[in-house]
Amino acid sequence: MSLDLEQVQRIARLARIEISPEEAATARDQLNGIFGLIETMQAVDTTGIAPMSHAVDVVQRLRADVVTEQNRRDAFQAVAPETEAGLYLVPKVIE
Amino acid sequence: MKWEVVIGLETHAQLQTKSKIFCGASTAFGAEPNTQADAVSLALPGVLPVLNREAVVCAIKFGLAIGAHITDRSVFARKNYFYPDLPKGYQISQMDLPVVAGGAITINVDGADKVVNLTRAHLEEDAGKSLHEDFHGKSGIDLNRAGTPLLEIVSEPDMRSAAEAVAYAKKLHELVQWIGICDGNMQEGSFRCDANVSVRRPGEPYGTRREIKNLNSFRFLEQAINYEVQWQINEIEEGRKIQQATVLFDPDTGETRMMRSKEDAHDYRYFPDPDLLPVEITEAWKAEVKAGMPELPQVMQQRFTGEYGLSAYDAGIITSSREMAQYFLDAVAAAGTANAKLCANWIQGELAARLNREERSIADAPIKPAQLAGIVQRIVDNTISNKIGRDVFDALWNGEGKDADAVIEAKGLKQITDTGAIEAIIDEVLAANSKSVEEFRAGKDKAFNALVGQAMKATKGKANPQQVNDLLKKKLGA
Amino acid sequence: MSDLINASLSELSAALAAKQVSSVELSTLFLDRIEKLNPIVNAYVTVDRARTLAQAAEMDARRAKGETGPLLGIPFGHKDIFCTEGWLTTCGSKMLSNFVSPYDATVVSKLKQAGVVTLGKLNMDEFAMGSSNETSYFGPVKNPWDTKRVPGGSSGGSAAAIAARLAPAVTGTDTGGSIRQPAALCGLTGLKPTYGVCSRYGMIAFASSLDQAGPMAKSAEDCALMLNAMAGFDERDSTSLQRETEDYTRDLNKPLNGLRIGLPREFFGEGMSADVRAKVEEALDQYRKLGATTIEVSLPNSGLSVPAYYVIAPAEASSNLSRFDGVRYGYRAPEYGNLDDMYAKTRAQGFGPEVKRRILIGTYVLSHGYYDAYYLQAQKIRRLIAADFVEAFKSCDVIMGPASPDTAFAFGEKSGDPVKMYLSDIYTISTNLAGLPGMSVPCGFGDHHLPVGLQIIGNYFEEAKMLNVAHQYQQVTNWHREMPAGI
Repeated sequence: MSLDLEQVQRIARLARIEISPEEAATARDQLNGIFGLIETMQAVDTTGIAPMSHAVDVVQRLRADVVTEQNRRDAFQAVAPETEAGLYLVPKVIE
Repeated sequence: MKWEVVIGLETHAQLQTKSKIFCGASTAFGAEPNTQADAVSLALPGVLPVLNREAVVCAIKFGLAIGAHITDRSVFARKNYFYPDLPKGYQISQMDLPVVAGGAITINVDGADKVVNLTRAHLEEDAGKSLHEDFHGKSGIDLNRAGTPLLEIVSEPDMRSAAEAVAYAKKLHELVQWIGICDGNMQEGSFRCDANVSVRRPGEPYGTRREIKNLNSFRFLEQAINYEVQWQINEIEEGRKIQQATVLFDPDTGETRMMRSKEDAHDYRYFPDPDLLPVEITEAWKAEVKAGMPELPQVMQQRFTGEYGLSAYDAGIITSSREMAQYFLDAVAAAGTANAKLCANWIQGELAARLNREERSIADAPIKPAQLAGIVQRIVDNTISNKIGRDVFDALWNGEGKDADAVIEAKGLKQITDTGAIEAIIDEVLAANSKSVEEFRAGKDKAFNALVGQAMKATKGKANPQQVNDLLKKKLGA
Repeated sequence: MSDLINASLSELSAALAAKQVSSVELSTLFLDRIEKLNPIVNAYVTVDRARTLAQAAEMDARRAKGETGPLLGIPFGHKDIFCTEGWLTTCGSKMLSNFVSPYDATVVSKLKQAGVVTLGKLNMDEFAMGSSNETSYFGPVKNPWDTKRVPGGSSGGSAAAIAARLAPAVTGTDTGGSIRQPAALCGLTGLKPTYGVCSRYGMIAFASSLDQAGPMAKSAEDCALMLNAMAGFDERDSTSLQRETEDYTRDLNKPLNGLRIGLPREFFGEGMSADVRAKVEEALDQYRKLGATTIEVSLPNSGLSVPAYYVIAPAEASSNLSRFDGVRYGYRAPEYGNLDDMYAKTRAQGFGPEVKRRILIGTYVLSHGYYDAYYLQAQKIRRLIAADFVEAFKSCDVIMGPASPDTAFAFGEKSGDPVKMYLSDIYTISTNLAGLPGMSVPCGFGDHHLPVGLQIIGNYFEEAKMLNVAHQYQQVTNWHREMPAGI
């Protein structure tokens, strides 16, 4: 398997990363190298093996339904790029 | 040739928890923007989710209420997409192992029962809100709602008309409120539907569907589906193919319009959330949740038809909300089981009409169940007539008197049952209306009714109409 | 005073307790060294003398009120992946180059509680993605043993700070070897605990199912003292484990008689450089002298750990890094058109090439139609790798091998070839996949007098045993006391 330029551009779009044609070409070559390494695992027969999502086999701990957090809007918005009237501003959202 | 409509609904019910699904921020509605957006809601670097137990309890309750399978090891997954109201760039949802699988809901349309099967119901977090008022051409983002727990309830494509879809949505709306997991407030967005709509010739495979997003009233649901169905039929009949798409309903124009086509459909890249572990739901936990649940409406409905002799229709209406059913039960407890049917009539009749007119909920009805039972009892024991009963109802509604007996006493509404007294009044009426008497004797039945009317008038409605009838017949030798 | 820069944590603690030195004086000593040497080493990205000294004064006051504790008043550096309230927390990225954290990571607040003073924030590979510290937005860290060489990564600033004696102890994180490989390349002791022992809350996520915080210091004893303060259940992290509190120093002095050391055949094959091999073999001889026996074990699937890791870690990272979108904090592109353009430009400018590369890999392996072939397959292989360890630990108490195939390499030597770089973590990655604890301990010097690290892998929750094994070795060797010349 190898990626072409169009696929690289599609992935970059999905990931919301602007990528120039030159960058896409470099990325394609590097990704194909990395996928060469990754492909080695395709040869392994894993029939019947359960996927392992977590390093430890424990179950989810559940939190009591209690409000523990206070309003810290000023502190949180002090590091925001653009706010007004307590809202985070972004370019117009079009539905 | 006829077209068959195929509809499936995806319903988002906001769960009634105090705190958010993965953090301890408040879920209260209507706070100042971003004052309930804590570090986790904002997805600050390094923060992590911890699951709210109560949200899982809500999902279990729903699953039990619809007879579904509850997954013993349920898994959360990330649904990845970029949107400014989605702070992490992914929504924590469920994919392969939702808490609730299967189940069914019975609806009734035009007197016929129909079973709508459910595919699944899964837990997920709500997004924030984008405010489109003009901030110098920009949008403002409020993340107070981000992280509010949702139960997404997905039906099979089992509905065949907008009316069925609405009946299903209403039934679901009643149920989630009944079991106390959702406040059902559609204005505030606590309960909203997406409708998947397609059309086909009967017997053919499913047609291509379009999804109508975010319908937050039953009226819009109906209008949107009807518009969409007609639009799809027109397209096909004019030789065009339906393309899979997501559309929005515009209540102002009554039309649906395309939001995005399949080509720009998201690739959500679902994968199990590594920050959350599998949720274990044991038999013991399910039993504990079940023990804390109210009797379900369908069970109660059967009990009402069996024990109390209500018709299926009446029992259905009485069990449309837990408050109404409770009102009924309280009224019956006071009035006696034998009077259950009459209680139901009064609740569906006078009480429902009055509540509706004044836009009040049954919980704040000025007449309490025991008071209503008092009216019913006095009607049954012939203290008052049904008609006087309505006067007593009015008086109690307006706060005149503590119960039916007090109103009857104070207003002198007690029915005259003394035969002698009624006979005396009838004698006076006969004497004063000799013309009617003659007409009756000449064979005019109508004249009899006029005499009854006169007698009732003379007693100010307090005589028992049946008794008046009987005595009058006797006097006239009829 | 100058011997304080080489002192162990317990020596520092004793000096503080005896009022031979105050926390303010000790902190000043290290701040002065940082001022002088950091321009050469570039280990710290943020230093705030006033803030550090205020914290030190607070710790002196706590002591004056009668408080005691093994870490009270000792200054540490924190890897810049840990959120520290009021401090810039950059994660080595332009994306967070302006981010002053409004909260403390749990590990940081636990150390604060124990009385630790923050000396500053340590340089690292951007978002912990790298094995050489060359991907940092703030420039590469230099290896104090040879400033033309890399310190390893991603905790390269942490490792260099210890090697150059710019901190008595530091925090690090390890997703695929990021504590152990730089510890090996800079000649110090570092421990990655069992997954779930240290809270991940406030530690900026790279690959959530693999990330784990751990101590880095000169000796195993220091690491044990640090881990006592860092470990423990955190209700804010669902993957944090509820276990009884342990004293990780409890077994330090146990003799090693009868210890069974497993040597995985696959770790001693091709790929390891000759000088590394020689030093690792010498260390094993030393262990035999201490009463241990060595046995060959096998980890047959370990060759698959790099491919599986480079599917799982980028997949999780691609999702974890989606929150960096220029909306609520961090960098936002100065010029953009619509919303999508704002996202795309912000992320293109805010992330460096390696981070973007991994986001692209991760996005691809999770995308429609590829999930089963890549992500699911990698997770199944992950289980095979974990099962290999379970099997191996049936016949041994600890596993040993090299921490890195080479000693420190030159800048630019591997940075042009991602695959070559990825293979530097070949011996460390499998423990992260399995969730097992791993350590690197200095075991001598290879060619060009560059440090070599011995890796010790323990069974789940056997940190105390590993620290014992490392400590006993450090009682009979002096590699961990060596300091680079000229620094």
